[in-house]
Amino acid sequence: MSVSSNIDSKGQLLTNDGVPLKESLKKSLRRTKIRSFLLLLAPLLFLLIMFVTPIGSLLSRSVDDTSINVVLPQTFAQYELWEDKSQIPSEEMFAAVINDIRSTHKMENSEGKNIGKNLLGKAGTRMTYEYSGWRSLLLKTVKSATKVNKRSKEEVKPYTWEAPYKEKMIKRDKRWGKVEFWQSLGAMKDPYTMGYYLNAVDLRYDANKNIIEKKEHLKIYKTIWMRTLQVSLMVTIFCLLLAYPVSYLLATLPMRTSNLLMICVLMPFWTSLLVRIVAWMIMLQQNGVVNDTLVSILPCFEGMVNLPFFGETNLDLCFSDEDRIPMMYNFTGTIIVMTQVLLPFMILPIYSVMRGIPPSYMKAAQNLGATPTRAFIRVYMPQSVPGIGAGCILVFIVAIGYYITPELVGGKDGLMIGNFVAREMQQTLNWGLAAAMGAILLSAVLILYWAYDRLIGIDNLKMG
Amino acid sequence: MKFPSYTTPREKLWFYTYRTFCGLVLFFLVAPLIVVIPLSFTNSVFLQFIPEMKIFSFDTWSFNFDGYGTRWYKELLGICTANSGTTVCTDRWMIGIKNSALIAVFATFFASVLGTLAALGLSNRHMPFNRLIMALMISPMIVPLIITAAGMFFFFAKVNLVATLPGLIIAHTILGIPFVVITVTASLAGFDNNLLRAGATLGGSPLRNFLKIQAPLIAPGVISGALFAFITSFDEVVIVLFVGGPEQYTLPRQMWSGIRNEISPTILAAATILVIFSILLLTTLEMLRRRAEKIRGITPH
Repeated sequence: MSVSSNIDSKGQLLTNDGVPLKESLKKSLRRTKIRSFLLLLAPLLFLLIMFVTPIGSLLSRSVDDTSINVVLPQTFAQYELWEDKSQIPSEEMFAAVINDIRSTHKMENSEGKNIGKNLLGKAGTRMTYEYSGWRSLLLKTVKSATKVNKRSKEEVKPYTWEAPYKEKMIKRDKRWGKVEFWQSLGAMKDPYTMGYYLNAVDLRYDANKNIIEKKEHLKIYKTIWMRTLQVSLMVTIFCLLLAYPVSYLLATLPMRTSNLLMICVLMPFWTSLLVRIVAWMIMLQQNGVVNDTLVSILPCFEGMVNLPFFGETNLDLCFSDEDRIPMMYNFTGTIIVMTQVLLPFMILPIYSVMRGIPPSYMKAAQNLGATPTRAFIRVYMPQSVPGIGAGCILVFIVAIGYYITPELVGGKDGLMIGNFVAREMQQTLNWGLAAAMGAILLSAVLILYWAYDRLIGIDNLKMG
Repeated sequence: MKFPSYTTPREKLWFYTYRTFCGLVLFFLVAPLIVVIPLSFTNSVFLQFIPEMKIFSFDTWSFNFDGYGTRWYKELLGICTANSGTTVCTDRWMIGIKNSALIAVFATFFASVLGTLAALGLSNRHMPFNRLIMALMISPMIVPLIITAAGMFFFFAKVNLVATLPGLIIAHTILGIPFVVITVTASLAGFDNNLLRAGATLGGSPLRNFLKIQAPLIAPGVISGALFAFITSFDEVVIVLFVGGPEQYTLPRQMWSGIRNEISPTILAAATILVIFSILLLTTLEMLRRRAEKIRGITPH
């Protein structure tokens, strides 16, 4: 068939079926797109439902304040009407609190089970985050406000407490007469709150919803954030310092030798993290291998010597049992273990970039009169920068969210923000705060992830 | 080491310093793993080298293996001896190993299937939002585990998956997907689509083409991704701590509580087995890599 017969009247190329080539191509492109989409459908849905949704719902907890709004609707309505916020509110506000308590106390779920008491307890806990003492105050008041007159003959037995409530409540607990408690309601009245985020960075709302710093003795999280940053940066720097020379060696050695040495890099990468932590415990503890070795190897000299300038001096150069260095269950332990754990993440990207740098460049530079050092700094190093960037971002991303290592070897001064997220989740049960800290951590990680994608491209991520 | 005749002493010194430094770094990487192995054969209850464990005595000029035995391996297997001593004999380790293996096998299977599908779909460059979807697929590897675990805890509580085996398998599948996506994408990188077209012109159906042409080429990628997924699941503890219940006691969970509470050399026995296990996996992976290079015609340098 001649080519000319495949052109229609408008001069468009036709396929053998007589369809314009352009359309045919478009159609086949569309078909491949649909096929790719169908292939992607299952994994994408799975990830969206089982991964993105859970994280989204966790994040929504960080701003969610509806639980308290369900319990105290009338109180918050009265709060809006409260004019002079430096004075104790009037009787209406006190009555609103009692009404809210009573109506919540009777609340039932669809199966007729009472959930009100549980809700009140949760509300008390939530209120304590804003101003300490709220929980005990609220629960004490719940008891008095919901007491019924058992001797009454009416079908719905009346409450023993009757209006006006203001004086009775203050008499029951002096705290109702303190304006600070009432003022703290302002931070809770909206269904959405930034309170958890403020709490996570040691700030809080005052009575007028201005953001102020927490009292000095209540500030705990700022140090944790700073330490997280410090640990991550230190680990990244140490990893870089250790990884760069090794990567260079691996990249310049013949393939056979470097593959053999690569096993040393990949072995820890493939070994269970917990195994590595146990191994470091044996190495670094007080009676560990490192300290034992130091004690037995270091020269021991003790006694009087006649030194020039100093005269007779009692010299103690012994590294004895008392001198054993504490390296485990503290900051040092966290740094050492994390550096070892994350070192392969630094070596692998730098190595793969260095492998691609032709050795002839260095030779050419030296041929042109550069010293080996100068050739290395001016010619080799700039070309290895992509590897350094990739390694540093990767190590930093992984380090910043670390939980297991600091938890097991960090002691008190090695804990990071991940440990506090876990603590709020499991021990204090302040889930809003845990979610807020997690959200801040996650956004830091995602920004770095985005930077990594822009600079290096995630599809260049290599393992092993 | 032979140096050219023009090498200055300073260069020689620099060369040896550099090599020593590199040697020390590599030693830093593997030393802790090696220390675990001899100590796991201790007869004592301490996690440290005690004087009885000196193999060679210079005083009597003789070998001595009295400090060694397989006591902690028996403990690991749940075989109780009369002189078990201070530790309580428990079959928790074996249960843990079984649970871990069960979860890891299922999670690896699902992660391999889903990850391969995703990588195949993403290999189409014309796919809209290609980059974004890729970023999403890899994100479980990037998002801090503690956040994933916390999120899943709340979500699984709503859908009654907390403290169930399916819940853990789902969670571990998600952690495994990125590894499979990355390795399969890498193995697809050099793939020539003309091969599929050639197959089609020769009358092969798309499925047949895939099975006969594409599948053998991406197989090493799938398998190495699966190995990564397996080891990730087998080693995972944070999600198990949050989402798992007492019925799903895994090996890492048991090691975790061992490290935190009643630390005994049983952990070292488990660790030794895991180290050997990882060496085996590493060897397999290396063999796969060589095979992949051979298939794709890339010769090692």
